[in-house]
Amino acid sequence: MIKALGYFIEIIRGILITARHFVVNLFFHILKVLGIKTKRKGAVTIQYPEQKKEIVSRHRSLHRLMTRPDGKPRCVACMLCVTVCPSECIYVEAAEDPDPEIQKYPAKFIIDLGRCCFCGFCVEACPEDAIRMDTGNVHFAQYSQQDLIYDLDKLIG
Amino acid sequence: MTETLTEILIVFIKIVCALVWFLLLTLYLTWLERKESALIQDRLGANRAPIFGIRIIGLFQPFADAIKMIFKEDFVPSFSRKFLHTLAPFISFFFVAITIAAIPFGDILRIGNRTINLQILDFNVGLLFILAMLSLGIYGIIISGWSSNNRYTLTGGLRGAAQVISYEVALGLSLIGLIMVYPSLRLSSIVVYQGELLFGFLPKWGIFLQPLGFVIFLFAALAETKRVPFDLPEGESEIIGFFTEYSGLKWGLFMMTDFMEIIIISTLLTTLFFGGWQVPWLASDGFHFPWGGELLLPHVVIVLFQVAAFNIKVFFFCWLQILIRWTYPRFRYDQVMDLGWKLLVPLSLVNIIGTGIIMTI
Repeated sequence: MIKALGYFIEIIRGILITARHFVVNLFFHILKVLGIKTKRKGAVTIQYPEQKKEIVSRHRSLHRLMTRPDGKPRCVACMLCVTVCPSECIYVEAAEDPDPEIQKYPAKFIIDLGRCCFCGFCVEACPEDAIRMDTGNVHFAQYSQQDLIYDLDKLIG
Repeated sequence: MTETLTEILIVFIKIVCALVWFLLLTLYLTWLERKESALIQDRLGANRAPIFGIRIIGLFQPFADAIKMIFKEDFVPSFSRKFLHTLAPFISFFFVAITIAAIPFGDILRIGNRTINLQILDFNVGLLFILAMLSLGIYGIIISGWSSNNRYTLTGGLRGAAQVISYEVALGLSLIGLIMVYPSLRLSSIVVYQGELLFGFLPKWGIFLQPLGFVIFLFAALAETKRVPFDLPEGESEIIGFFTEYSGLKWGLFMMTDFMEIIIISTLLTTLFFGGWQVPWLASDGFHFPWGGELLLPHVVIVLFQVAAFNIKVFFFCWLQILIRWTYPRFRYDQVMDLGWKLLVPLSLVNIIGTGIIMTI
């Protein structure tokens, strides 16, 4: 009986906590409506389409291909990113480069974003630092899957 | 002849007003539920659904929800019993909606030499009528569980039936002490009795005369609404419940039934334990304060005061029930039975005996 009474007290304390949250948050919302500035806000919500959270520097966003000073891609078509990719979404077709220092360049470099899981392994694997995921662009939803297949032009540009 | 016609017209207007009040409050309880849960959890809640770019803290959200529900496909599974499947939500809805007929919204309104009772039907057995109709509502749940021909809905219906036998006895017994104190089952007389004063200053509300009865009734009534601390038939995290096979407006009727039960329970709590439309120390001609002051008011203002007091009390209890719903986790099947049979029924018997002893002394 005494144990049950203990539960009962805890139940009452529980509802007092939620009621306190309700009243305190309502108070701060009313202050905001009245135009009084306070340090504390009534809610922690970020109103997404209007307010955006800042993307941190480590965030893995849309890929981009880096270029050499002369504008050609840094990629040497070594196929390491193709090998490491767990989603198998990268397709690279190599071609011979006239410069003997470079030897190979990608004739086609295609990433199927519909399959990509944004793990960042391709960035880690790349020996030439040719691919990066630091554009900060996270809004690339499309209506068709075809539009999600990015080729060399789109990745460099 | 015109006399009868006017009477019929007055009753008709009363029915329309009460139903509009009831359904609008139901719609806005869905909004209140979303907003209140959001405030409890430090969120914002539904604040979109603009009309012409105006979005007053999401006040149009209930209408958007209603439009969505009306235009959804009304799907009836091929393996269900079609007639019962269609009938069940209407049974559920009807038995809750009809209870509003016995709720007193206010005292008598005088227009000219005509007196209008602000209650649709002033039953002799108003209290019993409401309890009976609320109990019949469970048939909607059991029938929907059975007719959907789905094991999860059947489990939900069975759990609903098990819940009814756990709380129904305590719900009835908790009110017997109250009926002993206010010797009437007519809800309007119960409210009128609560206008008297206790010790010369305290209004004679049910909460002061029957505190134990109030607590028992609150628990049993929470079980009656079939919402979260006692949502055995639904159990949305495990079995989805008795309305798994419903969609569109039929599902909407079940959801509205839940919210309408909240309102009915709130009006019952108000009427029985918190003086209904009584404002403390407000008599039919104005305020008579126990410390000797008087404030005489015109009749219309007094009626407005009474209706406003009733509404404020009902809103408070709706708020309280939503707060309870968003605070506590669900009781287990056997815990509800334990609570009903081992705690609430003995306590209500103690309450009856205690009330009897005090009344004889």
